[in-house]
Amino acid sequence: MSALLPQIRTVVSMNILSLPQRMWMALTTLLAVAIVVAVLLAFLAMANGFQTTVKNSGSDALGIGLRAGSQAELNSGLSNEQVKLIVEAPGIKRNADGPISSAELYVVVGGVRKSTGLEANLSLRGIELDGVALRPGVEIMEGRMFTPGKNEIVVGRAVWRDYENFEIGDEIRLGTANWRVVGIFSANGGVYESEIWTDVRTVQTQFNRGNTYQVVRFALETPGDVEKIQAYSDNNPQLNFDISTEKEYFSEQAEGIFNIIFYIGWPLAIIMALGALAGALNTMYTSVSQRTQEIATLRAIGFTGLSAFIGTMVESLLLAILGGVLGTGAAFLFFDGMQGSTLGSSFTQIVFDFQMSRESLVSGMQIAVLIGLVGGFFPALKAARIPVVKAFSMQH
Amino acid sequence: MTDFIYELKQVHKKFVKGQESVEIFDGLDLGIKRGDFVSIMGPSGSGKTTLLNMLGGVDRPSSGALLFDGNPINDLNEGQLAKWRADHIGFIFQFYNLMPMLTAEKNVELPLLLKKLSPKKRKENVATALELVGLGERAKHRPNELSGGQQQRVAIARAIVSDPDVLLCDEPTGDLDRSTATDILENLQLLNKEFNKTIIMVTHDPVAAAYANTSLHLDKGVFVEKDVAA
Ligand SMILES: Nc1ncnc2c1ncn2[C@@H]1O[C@H](COP(=O)(O)OP(=O)(O)OP(=O)(O)O)[C@@H](O)[C@H]1O
Ligand SMILES: [Mg+2]
Repeated sequence: MSALLPQIRTVVSMNILSLPQRMWMALTTLLAVAIVVAVLLAFLAMANGFQTTVKNSGSDALGIGLRAGSQAELNSGLSNEQVKLIVEAPGIKRNADGPISSAELYVVVGGVRKSTGLEANLSLRGIELDGVALRPGVEIMEGRMFTPGKNEIVVGRAVWRDYENFEIGDEIRLGTANWRVVGIFSANGGVYESEIWTDVRTVQTQFNRGNTYQVVRFALETPGDVEKIQAYSDNNPQLNFDISTEKEYFSEQAEGIFNIIFYIGWPLAIIMALGALAGALNTMYTSVSQRTQEIATLRAIGFTGLSAFIGTMVESLLLAILGGVLGTGAAFLFFDGMQGSTLGSSFTQIVFDFQMSRESLVSGMQIAVLIGLVGGFFPALKAARIPVVKAFSMQH
Repeated sequence: MTDFIYELKQVHKKFVKGQESVEIFDGLDLGIKRGDFVSIMGPSGSGKTTLLNMLGGVDRPSSGALLFDGNPINDLNEGQLAKWRADHIGFIFQFYNLMPMLTAEKNVELPLLLKKLSPKKRKENVATALELVGLGERAKHRPNELSGGQQQRVAIARAIVSDPDVLLCDEPTGDLDRSTATDILENLQLLNKEFNKTIIMVTHDPVAAAYANTSLHLDKGVFVEKDVAA
């Protein structure tokens, strides 16, 4: 056509100028899109943050041995004899004192969340002294390491931050005993920051666990290579271990939770998006029917159906994009950097940060634009097909 | 060559709704001279608006020929028809059909947006058209700030701004009181006499019809001779 651009510009501006006529509808649509985007972003940020936390936690150079089939530490049980045998396996790194390993026992204790004042589960982990060296990135931020044989604990940063009575010097009751907080440690934001550590034998005694452990942790001679150790266990009738690298172990633990977050987030967002889409369609059909005579009159004057189509599409997209921006803003305001925590598959809290990623922002805007496109398309088609004779029909 | 701007030859028009079909025109012949001011009267449902729609290229005959300047316009496709309307036709509606969101000036500018004109030239033409209908001062007003008669004059300015050959008016004074109507009719007469616009006006009002040079009376789809009160 001879001059499509001024035509379209005018029709678009008429669409937008007429928005106040259906202000509440338009605002509802905008808000619906905003909520969809915010919810999606929150879920994605949660999944993201969780994944990052878990990723930062596992190492390739470390191996973990659990009782075969137990999958998680809490379900595992190892005798002292089994632990003594497995650490002699080829492939486990040694130093002057023998194999670099830590047999560990892990119990669930109660802590009080600062934010809610409610009790939540925390994990108290008994370790051997090699256990610290076996966790690269662990550093005592304040205070000192516990002394074996005494009821002393060191506290992960997230626990110290989020729970009451974990300041250095505090005496706190965990299980049936009292414990003194002597240090606070960080672990690069990893899952260990959600734990409390002490000497494994003290845990065995205070929690009546005899001479048993749940997990044995060791350094690998060759990072990633746990096959020799697994074979050693398989070939020894006294042993029945599942051996994996720490990285594998964590990602298995996390996968379930990541999937739940991720696969609840998307379907929920999609169901809500369908609701928002219905709203957008309704608003845009209303827009078209309110402007039927206007559109027909423009067509009588010689405007093309295309301009009516584009005008309607732009209005719809504008509402959706504004909604998307609003939702993104809200998600940022409320969720970015917020702390979340989840019940890990071992029933304890893993504390992690919500993390907005560029990909999830793009996903959020994409879903908004999609709502705008689909919500505008059919009404726009209707607008383009309004018979020109409607300009003459009596409706006032 | 004829001096007919419009020629209708054996025009049939049939509306089909479901099983029923209504035959509005059954072989209509009509010639309208260039520069004429034609009024069309007739009872409700006689097909006046339908005829005007066909003349304006917004509706098509079911069969028969509709010639404009000797060229058949029933063969044009939608896009060509839209362009043809933009080039030759100005519409004036009973209820003005102004865009409520736009000022008088922006309303009048609409047909010019379809032409290759500079914004400056557009502004000049809009001002001229508004002056012509005596609304130069109301350029910045929106329709709801104008009286019915003023709105209709804005609509006339919009109809003439791109200098069309024909003005098609469907009861242009149907919604106006007598003195305002007179105003509008004088405007139309001026456009016919001074600017040689061909005007075809549907009206129920014999007084309005009297402003025309030719008065046609439509009844049941055919033109009948009838004395028009002058
Ligand atoms: N789109 C349509 N579909 C079906 N029937 C139609 C359609 N448009 C008009 N008609 C019928 O055609 C006949 C003529 O209608 P038209 O509007 O041309 O009459 P009119 O002379 O303009 O009447 P009025 O004076 O009331 O405006 C009427 O019976 C009307 O119901
Ligand atoms: Mg009519």
